Amino acid sequence: MLAKRIIPCLDVTAGRVVKGVNFVELRDAGDPVEIARRYDKQGADEITFLDITASSDDRSILFRIIEQVAEQVFIPLTVGGGVRQVEDVRNLLNAGADKVSINTTAVLNPKLVADAAGRYGSQCIVVAIDAKQVEPDRWEVFTHGGRKATGLDVVEWAEKMQTLGAGEILLTSMDRDGSKIGFDLKLTRAVTDVLGIPLIASGGVGNLQHLVDGVKLGGADAVLAASIFHYGEYTIQEAKQYMAQQGIEMRL
Amino acid sequence: MVDIAIIDYGMGNLRSVRQALQAVAPAASVVVTDNPQEVLGASRVVFPGQGAMPDCIRELEARGLRAALLHAARTKPFLGICIGLQMLFEHSEEGDTPGLGILPGRVVRFANNLCDAEHSKLKVPHMGWNQVHHGGHPLWKGIDQDARFYFVHSYYVCPKDTELVQATSCYPQAFTCAVARDNLFAVQFHPEKSQDAGLRLLKNFVNWAPI
Repeated sequence: MLAKRIIPCLDVTAGRVVKGVNFVELRDAGDPVEIARRYDKQGADEITFLDITASSDDRSILFRIIEQVAEQVFIPLTVGGGVRQVEDVRNLLNAGADKVSINTTAVLNPKLVADAAGRYGSQCIVVAIDAKQVEPDRWEVFTHGGRKATGLDVVEWAEKMQTLGAGEILLTSMDRDGSKIGFDLKLTRAVTDVLGIPLIASGGVGNLQHLVDGVKLGGADAVLAASIFHYGEYTIQEAKQYMAQQGIEMRL
Repeated sequence: MVDIAIIDYGMGNLRSVRQALQAVAPAASVVVTDNPQEVLGASRVVFPGQGAMPDCIRELEARGLRAALLHAARTKPFLGICIGLQMLFEHSEEGDTPGLGILPGRVVRFANNLCDAEHSKLKVPHMGWNQVHHGGHPLWKGIDQDARFYFVHSYYVCPKDTELVQATSCYPQAFTCAVARDNLFAVQFHPEKSQDAGLRLLKNFVNWAPI
């Protein structure tokens, strides 16, 4: 049977892994290559790198990091942040990424998702959605690292991205990001129920039960977390064993 | 002389395939190539692939690689991966595309609205780590029964000749995820992205001496 996935997420800026709360207040968490290697050894099912800066100097550092990780880590790598054109997708794939995550540009230019999926296949195109609750049972898409409202409804947007060729949706609750109070399960459930493609839940994980809830109650196909792993609260192995004990199919 | 040629027809990330092969065979010369002569001269050939089958076939033809590929598939240790497995068959539902016809059978899509035993929706693409139930082929040496490999695909192969089948996986029905005939072996999953089990399979391929 197909296993649910645990995906540690590395937010990278200026060659370092950082982690914030509600998308701000960044704190240093270490060297990305070293951290990726550690998560690989612990049994991570995939690793996601998000480039949270946009300066071109930092961009070339990111490419070197991806190249180094890809030489040593033989599990899927997703890379996102600052992807603006098909050329950016190609460069990231050539550096060693298996999937590329598109966020802001998907909103500014949805055709990029269609073009990139058409050229490289849906399997390597992840659309990342930053969602903020605006009223009960309604969430709005935000872009530019959570700074800009778009007026788009998250559920409708996710469906549209699937239609355009996204192979997977990475859904982050901005309200929960860094909060450690658990995923926004209503949001996760609302989006996964309309999708035929896999959904990764993100934002808010503070303990291992939150991961279980994301899958069992939220209906996520994969769960993404950062701080609980970065600061050594739990290893990925512990998380997987806990989820397996709760009856979730995992790769142990 | 090239030990292992990875056929490049312009589709997807071949760097990871090369890196994984180089990791299990540090002394071997491993090249990514779209040159038919280099494919003909290599001792072993790996035929990877990502993306959509119509594009893959078109790009392969555009580079004049078909003859060299057919020759390799007949004569030397040959490993197909993902679309590189699907293209070996006669026909794919994806874009109603004729394949290379090296193996009898066709390629079909997973149905929409699949559910598991607990009635949860199963998504397509089939993406993630699934168990592989395998037989006695030498490429499985040292790999646990039902070991997990990384998959990402929406289509799967249905060989006409069931003797070709070397492994199955379930989603939720059993489907063929590896085939073999003589010097040829091909898998639906990505060994280059399947950590220890994947590297072991690649190592077995690098050391494989089919009769």
